[in-house]
Amino acid sequence: MTTQHSEMEEARAASEIRRFLMQRGSGAVADRTFAALMLGCALSIFAIVALILGILILRSRLSLHEFGFSFFLRSDWDPVRGSFGAVPFIWGTLASAFLALLIAVPLALGVAIFINEMCPRALRTPIAFLTELLAAIPSVVYGLWAIFVLVPIMRRSIGPFLKKFFGWTGLFHGPNFGIGLLTASIILAIMVLPVISSIARDVMKAVPNTQREGVLALGATRWEMVRIGVLRNARIGIVGAVILGLGRALGETMAVTMVIGNHAAIPKSLFAPAYTLASVIANEFTEATGDLYLSALIEIGLALFLVTIVVNAIARLLVFMVTRGNTARAV
Amino acid sequence: MPLRPSRANVGRRQAANHLFTVLAILSTVLVIAPLFAILVYLLFQGVRSLNLAFFTHLPRPVGEPGGGMANSIVGSGIILGLASLLGIPVGIGAGIYLHEYGGGKTLANAIRFTADVLNGVPSIVMGIAAYSLIVVPQKHFSAFAAGVALAIMMVPTVTRTTEEMLATVPNAVREAALGLGIPKWRTVITVSLKTASPGIITGCMLAFARVAGETAPLLFTAFGNQFWPTSLNEPIAALPLQIFVYAVSPYDEWHRLAWAGALVLIVMIMVSVTLVRVVAGRGMLKGGH
Repeated sequence: MTTQHSEMEEARAASEIRRFLMQRGSGAVADRTFAALMLGCALSIFAIVALILGILILRSRLSLHEFGFSFFLRSDWDPVRGSFGAVPFIWGTLASAFLALLIAVPLALGVAIFINEMCPRALRTPIAFLTELLAAIPSVVYGLWAIFVLVPIMRRSIGPFLKKFFGWTGLFHGPNFGIGLLTASIILAIMVLPVISSIARDVMKAVPNTQREGVLALGATRWEMVRIGVLRNARIGIVGAVILGLGRALGETMAVTMVIGNHAAIPKSLFAPAYTLASVIANEFTEATGDLYLSALIEIGLALFLVTIVVNAIARLLVFMVTRGNTARAV
Repeated sequence: MPLRPSRANVGRRQAANHLFTVLAILSTVLVIAPLFAILVYLLFQGVRSLNLAFFTHLPRPVGEPGGGMANSIVGSGIILGLASLLGIPVGIGAGIYLHEYGGGKTLANAIRFTADVLNGVPSIVMGIAAYSLIVVPQKHFSAFAAGVALAIMMVPTVTRTTEEMLATVPNAVREAALGLGIPKWRTVITVSLKTASPGIITGCMLAFARVAGETAPLLFTAFGNQFWPTSLNEPIAALPLQIFVYAVSPYDEWHRLAWAGALVLIVMIMVSVTLVRVVAGRGMLKGGH
């Protein structure tokens, strides 16, 4: 009897709540609107990529029609005669990015291993923070520093040293102005380092501790533990980190523009001035006279866009294969 | 294979271990060295060149001593404010979709992937895109175009951090709110978003710091200006742009100003990044996995 009574009361109470809620109207409309709005925001990311691609193709169609694919095979860049070819810039971009990675990858991996596997716990956060600060310095400040500090050092000390001891390789002949391919690559290396090391750290962190313990239990030294237990398991992700660094190096503009020398010819030596895809845009875009000139520059931008999209997509897939989406942060 | 370890073998392995330890420490030192080299030199040159005029005066023509970058500082503020206003809401919205609505759907994965890829697109390409989209139809450079270029660069960073921060909010909190009969949109805003807000603010500040120093997208959108900004529809001065112009100029006086500008810019960025670290370090709701 009493239980029945309380049940009835509960039912009435529930209906009162229900009535109250009905009075306030249904949340369905607001809910759907909100969900649609959020979906709109998310889809805008697709829209941005599509818009960039569309507008770059549209504005470079003059050059696309005029030169076709041969644009990427011709090596003369002569705005006066209206003859445009991107080979010197492609060459300069690839050479500087490759050299930068050559310098940056061993260092970045060394730092990542040190922070993750060797460093005393107390030092871990400060060192990680310092390497990330390196990423916070703007490109133009790197360029400024490079012009006034790195270039004189290259001209006076490092350049002559390299020429004296490694001149036989043939990589260092020609006059050494301080500015040029090698200087640009060094500053580029400093800039891509934090990108590579922070992703490499994420990837290494994703390797389960049991792997390390297993190798150590077999009597391995620490280096063997890192090599067999960590690096071997994380290698795909590390390759991803390196490719991500490559993407950054290909598109880096200001610092490179300030020290590479900006000369549209295929460099014959590491001291020679060169030109990259990004820096030719930065330098000549506002001075481009004539529609064909402008559209050729935009086509270079289009090429840069497509290449970095592909490079980044590959890198992200490789990193994802190791971390399964458990990265600590978006870089 | 003998199971007994040979002495020579152990020695070689230990030597390799020591060598590797030394190399790892050496590379860490080599990486941190340029950071200090840059910061110390910048501090030295910048402090020497900074004065009150830098913050209050307009740039002077070549040959006239003095002058400052007051208009560039204001211009940068305007451009960055505009970029944040445009980019942050879209980024947060996309992040909310990815975590609260997308779940493991293919669409959400595709958006996440696109955001990551967009993050790696060079900033100069954003500059050309904004130029082609806004400057060409309008036929003049503008602060607005610069703001749009930087906003596009902010969106992916904000999106991904918002999503990651929402993932740290325990589902029990959401379920409790929904169980009280609160509609989902309201739950998302007042419960999920609010709980994750310190982390999301961190993400926004990081995105801000990242675009604050960008020069390449401003070259053909903001373009630069010798005078005070008066409207969003005209060329505008910006700090990184002015640093670039002065750095590549042949005049000592302008080099001095470039150093001062670089110091101001980097202090701005470092302060926001460090602030973010402090804020993010505390007050975050932990657990929930």
